[in-house]
Amino acid sequence: MTATKAVVTSGATGGRGRGRDLAPSRHDAPRRRALGIERRPGWLTYTLLGVFFVAGAYPLYWSFIIGSSDKSALTSTWPPLLPGGQFWTNVGEVLDTVPFWLALGNSIIVASVITLSVVSFSTLAGYAFAKLRFRGREGLMVFVIATLAVPTQLGIIPLFMLMKQFGWTGTLGAVIVPTLVTAFGVFFMRQYLVDVIPDELIEAARVDGASMISTFWHVGVPAARPAMAILGLFTFMTAWTDYLWPLLVVPQNPTLQVALSQLQSARYVDYSVVLAGAVLATLPLLILFIIAGKQLISGIMAGAVKG
Amino acid sequence: MTSTITPPTEAASPTPSGSAKRDRARTEPRTPLTTRQRLSRWDVRYSPYLYIAPFFVLFGLVGLFPLGYTFVVSLNDWNLLTGPGEWIGLQNFTDELTDPLFWNSLFNTFSIFLLSAVPQLIAAIVIAAVLDQNIRAKTFWRLSVILPYVVTPVAVALIFSNVFGEKYGLINNLLTTIGADPVMWKTETLPSHIAIATMVNWRWTGYNALILLAAMQAVPKDIHEAAAIDGAGAVRRFFSVTIPSIKPTIVFVVITATIGGLQIFTEPKLFNATSSIPGGPQRQYQTTVLYLWDLAFNRQDFGKASAVAWILFLIIVAIGLVNFWLSRRIAGAEAKSAKRRTRRRLDAHAATRAGASLAAVPGAGGVTGAMVAEPTLDDDSLEEPSREDRA
Repeated sequence: MTATKAVVTSGATGGRGRGRDLAPSRHDAPRRRALGIERRPGWLTYTLLGVFFVAGAYPLYWSFIIGSSDKSALTSTWPPLLPGGQFWTNVGEVLDTVPFWLALGNSIIVASVITLSVVSFSTLAGYAFAKLRFRGREGLMVFVIATLAVPTQLGIIPLFMLMKQFGWTGTLGAVIVPTLVTAFGVFFMRQYLVDVIPDELIEAARVDGASMISTFWHVGVPAARPAMAILGLFTFMTAWTDYLWPLLVVPQNPTLQVALSQLQSARYVDYSVVLAGAVLATLPLLILFIIAGKQLISGIMAGAVKG
Repeated sequence: MTSTITPPTEAASPTPSGSAKRDRARTEPRTPLTTRQRLSRWDVRYSPYLYIAPFFVLFGLVGLFPLGYTFVVSLNDWNLLTGPGEWIGLQNFTDELTDPLFWNSLFNTFSIFLLSAVPQLIAAIVIAAVLDQNIRAKTFWRLSVILPYVVTPVAVALIFSNVFGEKYGLINNLLTTIGADPVMWKTETLPSHIAIATMVNWRWTGYNALILLAAMQAVPKDIHEAAAIDGAGAVRRFFSVTIPSIKPTIVFVVITATIGGLQIFTEPKLFNATSSIPGGPQRQYQTTVLYLWDLAFNRQDFGKASAVAWILFLIIVAIGLVNFWLSRRIAGAEAKSAKRRTRRRLDAHAATRAGASLAAVPGAGGVTGAMVAEPTLDDDSLEEPSREDRA
């Protein structure tokens, strides 16, 4: 198993090659600085970065200000700069208006089940496409790639009819089932595994008498772990942010996004309550962002979500 | 791909070639394979299908079948409540293609898409270029750029429908404070499109900037070096080296933005809570998916809604094909220029060895040696050492 471990670690670093900083060696730096390539940038750069930062963070901060004030904050001509003391009052109103905890629980269940399913089935299929030989492999892989760009969201009408027929509307199953697998997941795992596992390792395991499934479990899965983490992260986020389909099938038993949108559909819209809800609903992903922000960056830079 | 596991067809044939197998065949003439061996053979032969089956079965059931069945529905006069009516052929399609409301939705979709895609791409390239420098606290700045990405579209829509509020919105408050007229963000067509495009841009620009940043960092540093030696400044290098090198990634970003942008739903749906018609009282910002939604679940005409879904599907597929064609053309051109680049660099290396270009780099006598000895980081450099040895 030591051999496996070595491969896994090399895969973990090598596989993310595209996202990794191409660190210049010590010898290159002085010459490149002399040419003006590796120079430390000046104040203009940091000013721009500061502008980007404010543009990204200010709307969120402003939501928190409004969400923590009473209605008068909205009508003041200059936007207030500091949060008020009403946040928990407004949150209380959010909890009274929509079933927030139920929705939070629903979202956690939905996103977790979808993530588990997408990651497992994608790893299994991606491993088969990358490392096993079988009749029709090339053709089926072309099929997977071709379906990458197919907007399955446009099939909602028959899906909705099916869910009604089965009496699933209103249950979490109706939200989960349509996204149990994605073509992208299979493609992503296949691309990762094809380079990461040496064929000799699989052969060695087979020679030692391991069955196919135990080869997959002891060679494939450990090597796939970094890619599984990235795929899991993005699948979770996609499932968490989905709105159209849950709105259609579980309006009474809402996910977090559906409940959040219902805050606004009341006849009289109190924006300080709406924005308190928006801030509250953003917190789970914000926590995820703080914990896994670096993985998010490397995932995006590896082209994780969009291919 | 040379030595993957092969189903042992040889072992299954009546005359095994290996000597060990021949021995076994002699001692057990009636049963050449034990149950265990036969199981193992089945294992090797059928396991791959077992591993890919869950994906194909589920994807067929919940992905492709509904999409195909949408077409069947679109050929019928089909009501949400009364169910399938009579078969009317392509009537729904011709009805929709002559319906001004459909064209209105298509216009809104493309208008919002253009207002988001173009500024977003330019901003993303600028942000990526700024991040691509040798800055301090890299991770912090990268994190700050993708912060909006963790705000869900619903929350984004709620926040910005407030920012763009007509009466007490943040922007109109500021406009009146400086003495300008407030803008009717939710009533007029173009302002509403700008507002919705802003939501999309706010959430996705940083994300796309990171994708472009990854591409920029994959551009070999020595190309920049060669250009700098030839006297190209930072701006010139950006337009002549960086942009051409990341062209495939730009195409990729544009196409994914198109596929997503044509299906935009959440932002226009939640932009104005007080409007009873999704997409504005006069449908000023009713996008095609929103129109589809309205048709199917408010006006309960499943047949027409399915026809709209299929028209949109065909548009997206057409754009996907253009993508395929375009990226293949660019990839072809890239391969050619990469080959040229390698040859040019080889010449440069040879020249450096001869010591001819030492004077070109001021005060870099010792460093140039290191440059020759050190392997460069891009792919085609892998072949270089061997070719160099030959030369």
